[in-house]
Amino acid sequence: MSDITAAPAPRGIPARLLIRGAVIAAIALLALLPVLNTLPAGSALRVSDFTVAVTGKWICYGVLALAIDLAWGYAGILSLGHGAFFALGGYAMGMHLMRLIGPRGVYGHPVLPDFMVFLGYKELPWYWLGFDHFPYAILMAMLVPGALAFLLGWLSFRSRITGVYFSIITQAMTYALMLAFFRNDMGFGGNNGFTDFKELLGVPLNTQGARAGLFYAALILLAGSLILCRHITSTKLGRVLVAVRDAESRVRFLGYSVTSFKLSVFTLSAVLAGLAGALYVPLVGIINPGEFAPGNSIEAVIWVAVGGRGTLVGAILGAFSVNALKTWLTSFAPDLWLFVLGSLFVAVTLFLPRGLAGLFRGRTK
Amino acid sequence: MLRILLLLAFLAGALPAAAQDAFIEALPGLAGAFGTQAEAVERLGAGGDPRALPVLRALSDGQLRKRDTLIILPNGTDAATGQPADAAGAETVRINNRVRAALRGALGRLQLVSANPDERLAAADSVFRSRSAENIAPLEAAIARESVPRVRERQELALAASRLVAPDAAVKRQGIATLGGASSEDARALLLEARATNPDLAAEVDAAVAAIDGRLAFKRAAETLFQGLSLGSVLLLAALGLAITFGVMGVINMAHGEFVMLGAYTTFMVQEALRGIPWLLPWSLPLSVPAAFLVAGLAGAVLERGLIRHLYGRPLETLLMTFGVGMILQQAVRLAFGAQNREVLSPAWMQGTLSLPGGILITQNRLWVIVFSLLVLALAFAAIRLTRFGLEMRAVVQNRRTAATMGIRTGRVDALTFAFGSGIAGMAGVALSQIDNVSPNLGTGYIIDSFMVVVFGGVGSLVGTLVGAMGLGVLNKIIEPWAGAVLAKVAVLVLIMLFIQRRPRGLFALKGRAADA
Amino acid sequence: MSLNLTRRAALAGLGGALAMPAIRPSFAQGSPIKVGVLHSLSGTMAISETALRDTVLMMIEWANSKGGVLGRRLEPVVVDPASNWPLFAEKARELLAVSKVDVTFGCWTSVSRKSVLPVFEELNGLLFYPVQYEGEEQSRNVFYTGAAPNQQAIPAVEYLMGKDGGEAKRIALLGTDYVYPRTTNRILRAYLNSKGISDADIMEEYTPFGHSDWQGIVSRVKRFAGEGKRTAIVSTINGDANVPFYRELGNQGIKAEDIPCVAFSVGEEELAGIDTKPLVGHLAAWNYFMSVPGAPNDEFKAMWRAYIKNDKRVTNDPMEATYTGFRMWTQAVQKAGTTAVDAVRQAMYGQKVMAPCGYEEEMRPNHHLTKPVMIGEVQENGQFNIVHKTPTAIAAENWSPFIPENASRRG
Repeated sequence: MSDITAAPAPRGIPARLLIRGAVIAAIALLALLPVLNTLPAGSALRVSDFTVAVTGKWICYGVLALAIDLAWGYAGILSLGHGAFFALGGYAMGMHLMRLIGPRGVYGHPVLPDFMVFLGYKELPWYWLGFDHFPYAILMAMLVPGALAFLLGWLSFRSRITGVYFSIITQAMTYALMLAFFRNDMGFGGNNGFTDFKELLGVPLNTQGARAGLFYAALILLAGSLILCRHITSTKLGRVLVAVRDAESRVRFLGYSVTSFKLSVFTLSAVLAGLAGALYVPLVGIINPGEFAPGNSIEAVIWVAVGGRGTLVGAILGAFSVNALKTWLTSFAPDLWLFVLGSLFVAVTLFLPRGLAGLFRGRTK
Repeated sequence: MLRILLLLAFLAGALPAAAQDAFIEALPGLAGAFGTQAEAVERLGAGGDPRALPVLRALSDGQLRKRDTLIILPNGTDAATGQPADAAGAETVRINNRVRAALRGALGRLQLVSANPDERLAAADSVFRSRSAENIAPLEAAIARESVPRVRERQELALAASRLVAPDAAVKRQGIATLGGASSEDARALLLEARATNPDLAAEVDAAVAAIDGRLAFKRAAETLFQGLSLGSVLLLAALGLAITFGVMGVINMAHGEFVMLGAYTTFMVQEALRGIPWLLPWSLPLSVPAAFLVAGLAGAVLERGLIRHLYGRPLETLLMTFGVGMILQQAVRLAFGAQNREVLSPAWMQGTLSLPGGILITQNRLWVIVFSLLVLALAFAAIRLTRFGLEMRAVVQNRRTAATMGIRTGRVDALTFAFGSGIAGMAGVALSQIDNVSPNLGTGYIIDSFMVVVFGGVGSLVGTLVGAMGLGVLNKIIEPWAGAVLAKVAVLVLIMLFIQRRPRGLFALKGRAADA
Repeated sequence: MSLNLTRRAALAGLGGALAMPAIRPSFAQGSPIKVGVLHSLSGTMAISETALRDTVLMMIEWANSKGGVLGRRLEPVVVDPASNWPLFAEKARELLAVSKVDVTFGCWTSVSRKSVLPVFEELNGLLFYPVQYEGEEQSRNVFYTGAAPNQQAIPAVEYLMGKDGGEAKRIALLGTDYVYPRTTNRILRAYLNSKGISDADIMEEYTPFGHSDWQGIVSRVKRFAGEGKRTAIVSTINGDANVPFYRELGNQGIKAEDIPCVAFSVGEEELAGIDTKPLVGHLAAWNYFMSVPGAPNDEFKAMWRAYIKNDKRVTNDPMEATYTGFRMWTQAVQKAGTTAVDAVRQAMYGQKVMAPCGYEEEMRPNHHLTKPVMIGEVQENGQFNIVHKTPTAIAAENWSPFIPENASRRG
């Protein structure tokens, strides 16, 4: 990914085109990874299973960062609860994956997942019905986060709760959801969540092919989200959003329905986060209430800040670079990585208010 | 007959030969298995021999040693003969719960006639739990001689409890009647125990239990209220610092919890530093309060001057940056002190329960935390309302530019205000070290609750913080019994979220734009 | 069961063929053997897991000082999964696929084990899991060196109901709301019912992780105890929540003589953070206590103190399980003559080690150790006074007979 920032800006070519070219090149490069993974073990260009899996995870994080940036960077809505939408999408997919295990579970029950057999459930709770169908699960992965975001946004934007207050409310929301999902009585597997998935769409998950498929699905989602967000932000809707971000009351006085603008962008952002979560779960193989932890949501916001809020590519760049750094540091400096990461967050907010993308912009302009 | 003789001897302090032999005979049992030990302890207690008291005390304190069946007292003498014993190869006599329970009854019976009223009181309580009809006679004798009313009250309860297990039904009825006047779960348990073995007395027992239950209902309501206030006081302590840094200055400090943690670790450090000075050690907790205030306050001042002041007017960036600072602080403490919990001792005056009229039990440490939280609130209030610093602080909050033209050094006031809020967080850490783990993660558990309290109460209002914290604490404890601890918390969070939708500025909203972030 | 194993074997074999982490050409002789250490060093679990990381590092140093294993040096690969369960899976994959470790010691919580399990099965790795857990699991890629429920929970409750333990007739089951307490309590409830204790005499309550306000629950336990039958508490409260729980017990004046509390997750390390004076007499059930007399334990404790260079640091049960597992693994590698996972697995069965608990423990084909059960009472110095132990090490029943769904597995 570093080629985006490092690319020099030749005279004569507009920066926008340059960025577009770099993004397409980066996505093409990413698309090569699973292909390189199939090379024989000795080959110099071979990419390990680990790299494919971990990059797939970062792509999902990239979509989440994009979703946050859309709300925060363009409409000024800082949600500290986007991890909750991500996790809800993940749970929807997790429920589908659990249903697909079928009689292959430890207790061999044809319908009920192991944890339900174990907790003494006699039949599937009503909210689990339908999750054996893939389209239904994907629909739910969008619908549930979207509906929650709509409800929360409708309540808040209507009473003109903005800025810090909205952030604190979303933080409380994800915290409350975390506590609730930790409860075993909720019927979502409690602390252990869902794991030991077997297959998706008929493909066993622990194969190279399945990993490559998920990887491409995530990549397509990322590219699609990027195009969608690009479209939104470059049309009139985007201009209104930026105006709302910068001077909400003036936009309101101009006759725009600020509430509905904010509401639609916040809901869309939650749906994107839910989809990212839905792809994330089969890639990492587990979903549990820890994903709702408020710290996760804050970290995701920090990716956006590091990459550069208000620039779509920046958000993705931030998600990739922070997570790459984290993966590398937790193995090479297990005692010190929190210092490095913490200092990075401090340094970026102090010295790079426009993030890594700001660096790049500053150079091209 | 023998029992009466023994009792007479016991009261007179003179012992017939038979009892002396009983003492010598019972001793070796202490060196046996737990069952044998318990039996020996019971015999020693029933025998009433004054020599049994030091033996049983030493056993209870883990000071008694044995070599084969020879029992050696802490002063190195043979318990049977009183002669110096050869302690080589002796090992400590180990006991378990069963022996400990027997010991409590035996020691209680021996101490019923102690010269110290506190010992007599404890003895009466011990006898109350030991469930033996053997206790009736010594208790009656003790009550007859008792002059302190609070001791006699307990002795009468103990007598009633002992009467419950007497063979005679009339005696039992007497016991039931007395116990029906008590208001404790213990008395209720004893009555129900008696009901199971005496079906013929069921009617009397049921009436007595009903009487107790009536009083217990009131008692439980009072205790729930106390527990709610106690939870509220913890919330108040955690949120007060935030009410100043966030409420007054508009700075969102996600490292706030880490300042609380620093305060708790300061308490630990002060305690360790005082280990060399034994007479000062019990005062380490009060001494930690100013120390924690200074440490956390200093850390706050450094954070404000070094980092936060560059971000004024950008609260969301401050939030992200202080999150990073929190990560660094946590890991720094983890590397310096280790990931394990640190032990902070509770001074004796903070342990145990306080019993109020009506049988209401209040835990001392919780009571002190409530008192402490109110003191800190008063301190914060006084600092803001009564001092020059407070005046300048309010001036800067209301209109920074005008304040500056009036000669107030706004930068200095900002630093002091933030240091003050952080220092209060440090003091909260001192109190939390008495309730929670002293570990690097201490602060994380409180940060969200603190924000909710401040927002619920009304940003910038100390009274709002107080009402918010106490209200949420009590509400939580009222919901808890029928929803469980987790759902209670979730319910409270949802209620706050809905409440904020109705009143975005909280319970006690400030007028004007001061609270606008 | 056998059906399950063959299926897993097939999957794991497939994964193994793709990744080939363990099958090394012979020229690798002399290159170091890599030992993965997968314990959280930050986040909520760091409090428990850092001591296990140190134990593994100590054992590696010990093995190297004896000339290594198979003449090869051992090399640790330490990573920090940061108490984050998806990160556990990622780090497990990294250890197996990138660092190509020969064996991994790691995990504490059940969820972390469940998270890495598919990875170890897919890539045919070898994991040693050192913590007592709920059972209901048996993977050919994991060796469980902690206790199964029958090696800890049931004997402890038996003790409470016996004469020495106070003849409890009413049991309060308090736990943190996750799978280990839920399973253990389900097994205990079935066991208690089989001993004639009805559901009316059993109280069950769960709290979230890190729960710090125990006032209400302790009051409810007192009320529960006020029904005229001897009552005891069985605690499966986890980690950080224990300190405030025990403080509240002490402050509300619940003495061990009245309502004894036996805990399955509280060891020497947890007690190090509490003033234990009010807790004297409360119990814990483990397979090892630091206070176990005898040469094997003295050796273990001396080794630990020399390594950690701090006389105050304690040893505990999971550390002992790590130590025992590590010794067994070195023996199995010596026997197999290779670190290849399939060969080592076969060599592990029947391995015996004289463990610090003073008993010879054996690895059974069910991947669990035989272990003695010990019950200790808390003493004022934060150590345990062992009041009961089984005469021999007993075999693990990882599929509990008290869970009806396991019926098909028996026989």
